[in-house]
Amino acid sequence: MKALVGVKRVLDYAIKVRVNPQKTGVDLQGLKMSMNPFDEIAIEEAIKMREAGVIQQVVALSIGDKNAAETIRQALALGADSGIHVQTDLRIDQDLQPLAVAKVFAKMIKEKQFDLCVLGKQSIDDDFNQTGQILGSILGIPSATFSSKIEIDVANKKATVTREVDFGLQKIEVQLPAVFTCDLRLNTPRFANVQSIIKAKKKPIEVFNLADLGIDFAPRLKVEKVEMPQERQGGVIVGSVDELISKLKNEAKVI
Amino acid sequence: MQKLLSKATFVRRTLTQQNRLFSTSKDFYYQLLRLDEVREGLRQTVEKFSIDEIAPVASEMDKTDVFPQHLWRKMGDLGLLGITVEEEFGGAGLGYYEQSLITEEISKFSGSVGLSYLAHSNLCVNQIRLNGSDEQKKKYLPKLISGEHVGALAMSEPNSGSDVTSMQLKAVKKGDRYILNGNKMWITNGPCADTLVVYAKTEPDLGHKGITTFIIEKGFKGFSVAQKLDKFGMRGSETGELVFEDCEVPAENVMGKLNNGVYVLMKGLDYERLILSAGPVGLMQRALDLSTAYVNERKQFGKKIGDFQIIQAKLADMYSKLQASRAYLYQSATMFDSGVKSNLDSAAVFLHNSRCGVEVTLDCMQLHGGNGYINEYECGRLVRDAKLYDIGGGTTEIRQWLIGRELMKNQN
Repeated sequence: MKALVGVKRVLDYAIKVRVNPQKTGVDLQGLKMSMNPFDEIAIEEAIKMREAGVIQQVVALSIGDKNAAETIRQALALGADSGIHVQTDLRIDQDLQPLAVAKVFAKMIKEKQFDLCVLGKQSIDDDFNQTGQILGSILGIPSATFSSKIEIDVANKKATVTREVDFGLQKIEVQLPAVFTCDLRLNTPRFANVQSIIKAKKKPIEVFNLADLGIDFAPRLKVEKVEMPQERQGGVIVGSVDELISKLKNEAKVI
Repeated sequence: MQKLLSKATFVRRTLTQQNRLFSTSKDFYYQLLRLDEVREGLRQTVEKFSIDEIAPVASEMDKTDVFPQHLWRKMGDLGLLGITVEEEFGGAGLGYYEQSLITEEISKFSGSVGLSYLAHSNLCVNQIRLNGSDEQKKKYLPKLISGEHVGALAMSEPNSGSDVTSMQLKAVKKGDRYILNGNKMWITNGPCADTLVVYAKTEPDLGHKGITTFIIEKGFKGFSVAQKLDKFGMRGSETGELVFEDCEVPAENVMGKLNNGVYVLMKGLDYERLILSAGPVGLMQRALDLSTAYVNERKQFGKKIGDFQIIQAKLADMYSKLQASRAYLYQSATMFDSGVKSNLDSAAVFLHNSRCGVEVTLDCMQLHGGNGYINEYECGRLVRDAKLYDIGGGTTEIRQWLIGRELMKNQN
């Protein structure tokens, strides 16, 4: 069996986010980029499955400009067998949206016949948390989201998944092929060791152009303006309940 | 003093944010080096490892002067400890460039772990790889590379520092073994090492031509550690005095040719000084990252102090020293990796980088003002760690002497 894993290049999680001067998006110019943390968890899960003999191949896919290849290389250094790079110059943090991404994955999964798709639950730049769900729907296969534990039953081609939901943990069973989206507590990603970094150099990366895939990838949401959240104002101690009500009514205008 | 103790004006950073400060958040320092995929992959994994595993223990280690022993296995798992060893002996088959990258990235978050790392992987492991017989390599390298064993190298003695060839540790042949008597001093990793490369005088009358290299095991009869030295900086990188009292060493543990040790020692020093030059680069990088973040937040006279020219001038000096050190280091490493050895340049890059390290880390403290003087801030530790590089591995004076001698040699 083989797994397709999505890896996205995002602004490093610890960088202080700034808006660009034109207010059209987050300022990414020259800043440190890393693999989406949930995607690191996804890669780790897929590699663990391969090490356990459950699957035989792990392919990492990334969509983006030439820098996306670096993220694929990181996935290869962690242990993925090969990569797919879908080239586009669209801003992948806002203009390439989940519907388009899901269509790309759907096409790859259908044409290359993957048995599973493992994705991070969301990316930390747009935080959509939609791609996995939409993908499952397009392909008509189950999507097991917010996975905190995945157990594959190879013989019966199904998986038991523990999901983190609002009211606790939920256990579901899904038929393969399926889409899994990974939550924080699924595993602890490994560090790439020197041997696998050296081996990664020889692993192949297939390159496609987004425009050549025959997909309508136009954004469905238009970003009008991007702004920093309002600066936190200092608090005020009020003298009486009447003063509180007056402030809530006249200043904050919430009642 | 009240004002200094109050952090009310500062944005409290979480440990995560503190450890992930990047000077301007740009990777352009490494653009200077044009790292290929393997080197960039290596640098990133060591950076990640250092942030996640080393940074959290760095401060504690400095206070207690105890090395976090669990790190050896973790570094071994990453393949860092045998970086220069050929693949057939279990290493990564890479070179001094990669070893420098690893040392730099580790030193960013702990100068002490960086120093212990290079003592283990370069002074010990690399020397065994260069000079050991196949049997010796097969016997000692696997556990040193996995991190199960810790390595060290011992040449200096209480009365033989700069004048290292005047060493007095005696090795007398008795049957199928050598009996060693004497001491070694200032030995990095000495207190916890399992395997040590030790230089001793087999023929004291021949002076420097009577030195032989031995591989010592911690368990050999007559070997002990006298004391762990309480150091000013590089605390946590355990440094010790070693005592040999009728220490019995099997004859097969002679490394290289008998009485040929001085060449092993001197050649080793060239590689050692090159890698040692990477430590200050890591410390300077951290100093710059901390300083730029601080001056961007600290406000005085209604402005960020980072807007004042005097502050910016200091940052500029720090940056240029860092980049010049970095460029000289990696260019020298490239030279060494291509097979060209230059004792002149390894001494010069070490001389240059260690001095810059001290200046830049002091500037970092200065830019932090009163806060830089408080131990809660990293500045003090960076300065204390940086100073070691002016002394260990051949003092700056010895390096100057060597460079001057070599330059004049070319004249005559």
